Amino acid sequence: MANNVSHITDYKVLARVVLILMSLTLLTIFVTSFHLGAFSVTVALLIAGVKAFFILTYFMHLKYESLLLRLLVTMIFVLYAVIILITFIDYAYR
Amino acid sequence: MSEKEIHIEVHRDDEASKLGMWLFIFTELLLFGGLFLVYTVFRAEYPQNFHEGSLELSVTIGAINTIALLFSSMTVAMALSAIQKNNRKLAMRLIAVTLLMALIFLFNKYIEWSMKFEHGLYPGSPLMPHLGRGDLMFFSLYFFMTGLHALHIIVGMVLLTMCFFKIKNGTLNYQKYIHLENGALYWHLVDLIWIFLFPLLYLIT
Repeated sequence: MANNVSHITDYKVLARVVLILMSLTLLTIFVTSFHLGAFSVTVALLIAGVKAFFILTYFMHLKYESLLLRLLVTMIFVLYAVIILITFIDYAYR
Repeated sequence: MSEKEIHIEVHRDDEASKLGMWLFIFTELLLFGGLFLVYTVFRAEYPQNFHEGSLELSVTIGAINTIALLFSSMTVAMALSAIQKNNRKLAMRLIAVTLLMALIFLFNKYIEWSMKFEHGLYPGSPLMPHLGRGDLMFFSLYFFMTGLHALHIIVGMVLLTMCFFKIKNGTLNYQKYIHLENGALYWHLVDLIWIFLFPLLYLIT
């Protein structure tokens, strides 16, 4: 039972994070309502990425986890980015 | 006295339990990641059909569900903080609110799917093969991805309900809360996936 002293996230921090997440949701809806094609897609996915970062950092409390776990999570997203890249290279030069 | 202490000593490794949960979450991310990849490829192939398809979906219902899920993610994270502070009553209340949000989500999903069913759009319906390949791909992916996600909501609800009763009978407490910690991680995963599903299916047109 090493590391039994775990960090307790403050209620206020969680409430603030959810407010940020909800504002970002409204922002996404607002931006995409203009139907700007590729621009909308980029902005919507960028905002989704920021939201995912907030959820991983605060809700899934990665901020207070060990370096090992944080590296593992980062690697999974790097791996997924590589998979997307390879798939698209495959489709582009078929 | 010393004999009693020996009996209490049960092997427990919370760090390892959490790591195991994260490894499972990785497989889930890659599962949905694969589906997102299929979506992206077919979207690039049939942009017009995917554009028209997403216009058929209700942004309002999608937005309400997003807010409900985000809120439920906050309440379950608060429930974990509450149990760590040994506030059982508050933890149980917060889990109950989370479950209520999950029910609202599923109810909206039911309304949404029923609207599609009324128009003859459901997996295996007689209408589906007569759609073009682009429309067929959009609605198949829509039903499969939101369906798999809804299934995850139901699994998450079962896990959190178990946590609720474990807090009630005291097996989950301020010294031993790894089940709630892992259950909450699973619930955040469900939220995380929805954060990408919502703009991809409903908003990007």
